[in-house]
Amino acid sequence: MTTTVSSIEEGTETPYALSHLDSLESEAVHIFREVAGEFERPVILFSGGKDSIVMLHLALKAFAPAAVPFSLLHVDTGHNFPEVLEYRDQAVAKHGLRLHVASVQDYIDRGVLKERPDGTRNPLQTLPLTEKIQAEKFDAVFGGGRRDEEKARAKERVFSLRDEFSQWDPRRQRPELWNLYNGRHAPGEHVRVFPLSNWTELDVWQYIAREGIELPEIYFAHEREVFARSGMWLTAGEWGGPKDGETVEKRLIRYRTVGDMSCTGAVDSDATTLDAVIAEIAASRLTERGATRADDKMSEAAMEDRKREGYF
Amino acid sequence: MSTTTELSETTLLRFATAGSVDDGKSTLVGRLLHDSKSVLTDQLEAVEHASRNRGQEAPDLALLTDGLRAEREQGITIDVAYRYFATPRRRFILADTPGHVQYTRNMVTGASTAELTVILIDARNGVVEQTRRHAALAALLRVPHVVLAVNKMDLVDYQESVFAAIAEEFTAYALELGVPEVTAIPISALAGDNVVEPSANMDWYGGPTVLEHLETVPVIHDLSHCHARLPVQYVIRPQTAEHPDYRGYAGQIAAGSFRVGEQVTVLPSGRTSKISGIDLLGKPVGIAWTTQSVTVRLEDDIDISRGDLLVPTKDAPATTQDIEATVCHVADAPLTVGHRVLLKHGTRTVKAIVKDIPSRLTLDDLSLHPHPGHLVANDIGRVKIRTAEPLPVDSYADSRRTGSFILIDPSDGTTLTAGMVGESFASPEPVKDEAEDDGWDF
Repeated sequence: MTTTVSSIEEGTETPYALSHLDSLESEAVHIFREVAGEFERPVILFSGGKDSIVMLHLALKAFAPAAVPFSLLHVDTGHNFPEVLEYRDQAVAKHGLRLHVASVQDYIDRGVLKERPDGTRNPLQTLPLTEKIQAEKFDAVFGGGRRDEEKARAKERVFSLRDEFSQWDPRRQRPELWNLYNGRHAPGEHVRVFPLSNWTELDVWQYIAREGIELPEIYFAHEREVFARSGMWLTAGEWGGPKDGETVEKRLIRYRTVGDMSCTGAVDSDATTLDAVIAEIAASRLTERGATRADDKMSEAAMEDRKREGYF
Repeated sequence: MSTTTELSETTLLRFATAGSVDDGKSTLVGRLLHDSKSVLTDQLEAVEHASRNRGQEAPDLALLTDGLRAEREQGITIDVAYRYFATPRRRFILADTPGHVQYTRNMVTGASTAELTVILIDARNGVVEQTRRHAALAALLRVPHVVLAVNKMDLVDYQESVFAAIAEEFTAYALELGVPEVTAIPISALAGDNVVEPSANMDWYGGPTVLEHLETVPVIHDLSHCHARLPVQYVIRPQTAEHPDYRGYAGQIAAGSFRVGEQVTVLPSGRTSKISGIDLLGKPVGIAWTTQSVTVRLEDDIDISRGDLLVPTKDAPATTQDIEATVCHVADAPLTVGHRVLLKHGTRTVKAIVKDIPSRLTLDDLSLHPHPGHLVANDIGRVKIRTAEPLPVDSYADSRRTGSFILIDPSDGTTLTAGMVGESFASPEPVKDEAEDDGWDF
């Protein structure tokens, strides 16, 4: 039974309805412009991964024909895919941007951070990131985090206040009402901003296809020397893999996420084009993190715990 | 059930769920996610693993949605979470809001951006206090579409009469509150009746399933009746050799549409000019509408900055320093008369003072408690506010974007209060005689 009180015709869209990608794009641009209007020193976290590439693309559109009024910040784990570093440097040069780098290797060399026994450097990123934010006095830090990635991230605000220690307290988050984002913060505090909050992995890929955005080659199927660890294919390399008993083989693979080489796994794939990648993701029965991130498998609350510490 | 392999662009529906603790909200959300294949293998495995660790035999689907440590420990949902799923026809953003009475602010948060609210009822209990609260909140927030999901129909032998009585009582109540549209659907979230697949147990029901309705409900309303509004977010001035004179006013259209050539007024200054161009993220267009993010150029070089509002000259709102509104207090510290606050409206933040709190509303029976002196967390009340500068506010009934505001504590930046300008509830539409005959077709 349907009781329709008003006389709205069901099942028809007016010509003014936006497509879902247009809605998401418009919302993200609104978020970028709010930050540009309200903060003194914003910065975009840029890893060279697809989410940060889409963020940069949206920022370029938001302020066209003017330049993007933000600089970029890369947290360099020291275990990067060379193709991704190359992409990063080209993007910086092409758009005349300023790049800040927070280096995990520096911290290890100085003895401030210790290499973990498992060689994973993802959790080591938090300290260089938060110290860089303090040193440069960044007051808004854009991250490419999406709420669909992980259940702690599903609770994340678009504007997420961090205290002077960069900590996230999920119980003390500000309610977010309408599109009235509250960026107030005390000196020393900063706000993490997530313009892609409402995007899913598939949205990101569809948008990349629609906008013709270039990506590093590792997102597409290619032959690479890999070895198996914890059910994932890891790239062999100077970062420390493989260990004894792990054997390297050449496989046709691609990456769904880009992060530290020590914990970012590849998936078997023959998808060499955007269309093939989109079809593969749409049919996949695994989330991108479940398929490719070792660090999220450490505990039920791995992401929440790292976010509390200041991780993005 | 269809999957998300259809990759053409679809539309987006933002909706919220509301329901008491035991009404089966998690089951409904779980079924929508599960049956639209939005729960993937590794997520299910994680839930199974965690459930086993806890000594539970069957996977506890609430673990899919309760993302925080404290929530899992206490077995309750303490905060709004946003979930995503898709069908070939539409993309959905679900604001999953906790049902506890003390979390009114969470339902307000979820409903503020929702085009539709699903209110769950246990068919055995019928319309209860909590249902009336949820209906009142949907009416206050002016959520355009309300779905009444009468759940657990399997426990009342799928009787049409049970459903019809509940639907009638709820619809009458919602109508009185000014809810524009109610769609009542008999379901069993547990058994899967009428959630995604039509029920074989209720052939007396001829309407859509919950998912079908979510897929087809219109997401935008007739723009010709909307007042066009563009809050200026940022002024774009490249000052480059290529664009020496470009000066654009960037913002997201909050309501209505704007055309090139249209005469516009800038508020609060009242200066006027004509739109010489509209750029839609770098591409010139002749017309743009809500909720597009655009950059508008004007014929005259007039003083415009962030916080100003562009409106059609023929349809400009009055500016005022005295705002009367219905508010929901969302902070733990109370809001009191005499409180000095910041008020954010659109892109403008101004100083303001709470002059009076004429009444507090009891959602259960909609009674008014006069002059409560203060509002505490989750209270809803009427508030009179004096602002330091004139603001072009619309009535919330006319525009959810330019009729809403938040109050902020100037000392620590806490978001204190959500505000809706003007009357609390829409005046009920006169019930037409023919509605009695046409509206009920079961």
